Amino acid sequence: MAIVFKPSPSLPPPSTSVGAVAWIRQNLLSSPLNIILTMLSLYIMYLTIPPLIEWGIINATWTGSSRAACTGTGACWAFVNTRFDQFMYGLYPSEETWRVNLAAILIVLLVGMFSIKMISKLYLSITITIIYPIVAYFLFAGGIFGLEPVETSRWGGLFLTVLLGTIGIVASFPLGILLALGRRSNMPIAKSICIIFIETIRAVPLITIMFMASVMIPLFLPDGLNFNKLLRVLIGITLFSAAYMAEVIRGGLQAIPKGQYEAADAMGLTYWKSMILVILPQALKLVIPGIVNTFIGLFKDTTLVYIVGMFDLLGIIQLANHDTKWLGTTIEGYVFAAFVYWIFCFGMSRYSMAIERKLETGHKRN
Amino acid sequence: MTDTNMARAHLEAGESTIIEFNDVNKWYGDFHVLKNINFSIKKGERIVVCGPSGSGKSTMIRCINRLEEHQKGTILVDGIEMNNNLKNIETIRKDVGMVFQHFNLFPHLTILENLTLAPIWVRKTPKKEAEEMAMHYLERVKIANQALKYPGQLSGGQQQRVAIARGLCMQPRIMLFDEPTSALDPEMIKEVLDTMIELAEEGMTMVCVTHEMGFAKTVADRVVFMDAGEIVEANEPHTFFDNPQHDRTQAFLSQILNH
Repeated sequence: MAIVFKPSPSLPPPSTSVGAVAWIRQNLLSSPLNIILTMLSLYIMYLTIPPLIEWGIINATWTGSSRAACTGTGACWAFVNTRFDQFMYGLYPSEETWRVNLAAILIVLLVGMFSIKMISKLYLSITITIIYPIVAYFLFAGGIFGLEPVETSRWGGLFLTVLLGTIGIVASFPLGILLALGRRSNMPIAKSICIIFIETIRAVPLITIMFMASVMIPLFLPDGLNFNKLLRVLIGITLFSAAYMAEVIRGGLQAIPKGQYEAADAMGLTYWKSMILVILPQALKLVIPGIVNTFIGLFKDTTLVYIVGMFDLLGIIQLANHDTKWLGTTIEGYVFAAFVYWIFCFGMSRYSMAIERKLETGHKRN
Repeated sequence: MTDTNMARAHLEAGESTIIEFNDVNKWYGDFHVLKNINFSIKKGERIVVCGPSGSGKSTMIRCINRLEEHQKGTILVDGIEMNNNLKNIETIRKDVGMVFQHFNLFPHLTILENLTLAPIWVRKTPKKEAEEMAMHYLERVKIANQALKYPGQLSGGQQQRVAIARGLCMQPRIMLFDEPTSALDPEMIKEVLDTMIELAEEGMTMVCVTHEMGFAKTVADRVVFMDAGEIVEANEPHTFFDNPQHDRTQAFLSQILNH
């Protein structure tokens, strides 16, 4: 009679390899060098963190109407506190700022609705990408329904930063996809146009493009035909990051095995269907880190608008630093700006990681 | 009379030609990969193509649904000429299913979505109907319980059976197999071959590039041997294996059968 093969039962791992103590031993104290590095890190933290907390929180002054009110040895947050509205909205009339807030709340609600299963994602996407921008534009600019008109030159602060960043991201992403597909296409004319566009834009600094947008373009346009500076700058930023986006996405397209293209072709899918249904979902997922990198870069690059006379968050803080009442609060201003930028960029980074996890479908078998 | 013999008798009764190669030539750059291929396949016929690597056998079957372009000669599939006319290519691809060596399932879609993709987007089948059909074919390849998993969670043999089911979902008239078992572990080859044998017994026109000589003996109506871009010999399996006409065929068979 043959011997029956019975697999041995699986046992739990030994207790020395799990738990907090084991973790500390493995990661912090595993070798003499590791112990020295751990001690050194603790010492550096001891040197830097307590003074920072003292300066920023314990000894800080939170309220006051001028630099003179800040008598403590710590930070003068009174500066940020009194100027907060200006930092948020720039020179937007203070009695009209509810319009900006309303638009912000609206978009948060709309995006939040994606988590409700009852609502069609298609209609929601259309609302967000087509209807919402129109509503938001009229809210911001006014001029109808008795809303007081506010010129775009008065838009500023964090509001302008987020506006430029969001529109730049939303517009440059699809444009980047088209450019990437165009660069890989077999059609010689489309291909050349995409290559020339991408290579030209990437070879020019963003500052140059901003200057072109704000100074050069009006020179070439006929008299009377002159469109808004904000719009010109937005187009500049969008084209600039679309070129970078295109190259990131091209990297993703190249990483998709040839077999995927062939399988889609063999099924009879047309070019656009196979791109949209098969290739792009995989390629974009693969390059999420690169895409978010470009988004974060774009968000921070919006600070360059101050050189063409627009006051985004950083611009308005620098402007406020020149106020004679608040001389000597430069550090506080910049720390605040850094903090706000950090929140946005870190948020984008975490969000992208969450998306990556959600889209993980076990391509790699663990 | 076995099933296969019955099918052969059926063929001899004068079924029409479904695939026709006329003087087909193809080059990769300077490399002449297909040389004067003249061959025709009847409806319902099961063809096994074998030969050493680099002999052009994969290239030949990939010309049938124009994953590869030939530069000279004509290929007629179901009476339609395969040329640069995109409409012709699309029409043929709807009717020709293909199974690849590396499965080429779409890793971002579930098994069910892999199967319904083409019926929904190419044939415009309603989603519900497409799903019912997909489940039907998944049951046929004995894998219905995995419908909601992703390809990465399945074994190689299971993935290849899903790939076969995916091809069948378009209800093709011809199935092409490009070395379907070459990337599989030995234990999984049988389950895929069994699925293919079942399919053959139902009268599907099949063109199969494979080195599984057992499969060729039991299933094929004709075995085609290729070397250096040419069809050296094409014959019924018993003649092909027991009495090969060409010395190159004899050498090849002795290489793969006697080990």
